[in-house]
Amino acid sequence: MSLNHFYKKDIVSINDFSRDDLNRIFKYTDNFKLLDHSIKGELGKGRTLGYLFYEPSTRTRMSFESAMASLGGSSIGIVDSKISSIEKGESLADTIRIMDMYSDVIVLRHPFDGSSKFAAELAENPIINAGSGSEEHPTQAMLDLYTIFKEKGNIDGLVIGIVGDLKYGRTVYSLLYGLAKYDVNVYLISPPSLAIRKESVYEIEKNLKLKEYNYLYDDVLKKLDILYVTRIQKERFPDIQEYEKVKGTYKVDSSVLEKSKIDISIMHPLPRVDEIDYRIDETKNAIYFKQARYGKELRATLLTLILNENPFNEE
Amino acid sequence: MSESNQLLVRRIRNGTVIDHIEAGKALIVLNKLGITGKDGDIITVALNVPSNKIFKKDIIKVENKFLEQDDTNKLALLSPNATINIIKEYRLIEKRNIGLPDVIVDIFKCPNLRCISNSEENIHSNIRVIDKKDIILKCSYCSRIIKINDLVS
Repeated sequence: MSLNHFYKKDIVSINDFSRDDLNRIFKYTDNFKLLDHSIKGELGKGRTLGYLFYEPSTRTRMSFESAMASLGGSSIGIVDSKISSIEKGESLADTIRIMDMYSDVIVLRHPFDGSSKFAAELAENPIINAGSGSEEHPTQAMLDLYTIFKEKGNIDGLVIGIVGDLKYGRTVYSLLYGLAKYDVNVYLISPPSLAIRKESVYEIEKNLKLKEYNYLYDDVLKKLDILYVTRIQKERFPDIQEYEKVKGTYKVDSSVLEKSKIDISIMHPLPRVDEIDYRIDETKNAIYFKQARYGKELRATLLTLILNENPFNEE
Repeated sequence: MSESNQLLVRRIRNGTVIDHIEAGKALIVLNKLGITGKDGDIITVALNVPSNKIFKKDIIKVENKFLEQDDTNKLALLSPNATINIIKEYRLIEKRNIGLPDVIVDIFKCPNLRCISNSEENIHSNIRVIDKKDIILKCSYCSRIIKINDLVS
């Protein structure tokens, strides 16, 4: 058996990774960051990452491309299904089979829940889920957990608030599944119409202390170590007045910081629109850009582990 | 069985008797098993029959039809305490208690319309039974938890 059990492994759901796996990935990411550029540049040399983005993406795709480039590998792929055979009606199955022949690892974003699981059944090479409908976005959750770990020194014992669109936000579900492996308290704050989907958290409710609120109450704010902000998507509201009514309620600005713990960390998977005031960017509480940087490093580490049998020369 | 019940359950020569169906579910069972009566065979349905075991039950008798394993799986979800009796030449030749399988493949669709198993891709639905006592199911593709009513409705 390989020393590195992430070798050739699919990343479909964060539920496929134990707490030990996640902690090991964080340790490997720390190790990876210390490597010299020339050594990093050998880890993916001659290898190809194939990406298929059936939905828009900026950070996820660019961070994977950038990560692969830092390993000395190359990336090929489709970002606009309208200019490919997908527009002609080619199935996901056929597209995956073809991409599987041209690449060593496939990064997939697709609007259907379960799409990566299906792709992983078809492809011989590993599939990395970069967003499957409103189901999951596991590497985002891994980098979120890594960010929390780096910024707070630990994940256990923290009180974490997640605010915004909890119903459709795939990053939220992967994050919750990841957090369920640790001993944390989670406050979920959303309008009732965008509350968490019960059918998607059934299995973690035994392990995770979840409390739900409709507003960012002062009493909640002052308990939080982390506030994870997600975008409230206008298009989800059937009534625009309803959207206008709720959108300001969840805005994070200086008045929110004043009511919070002095060392609260504000996170966001990005892109943000107006849910975090730009003045927050300058504060030490804002860690969302660090989060994006950690994302590239963690993804480069994941690619290293997937593509190499023993990249860190373990015995 | 009391004398009055015997009137309801006329003996059949060949076929299947589905007994101990949860009261009120017989018509759903017929529908989900695709038993329409169009082939001309006699189907007897008894609703709300008094039962010592479960207070009230439904019974279905279908002549000349022998339930397959897939049918048994469907029945396990619809009415897990039902029993299947296979009759040949008026004799009970097999009595099956129904047990929920671990996985149900290609029988029920995932109720999540955004699940890849409901797309135009060529996929067999795959639903795992994660809690046999309370009948909690989980789609192997989209990971959504499915309650029995989501499948039946």
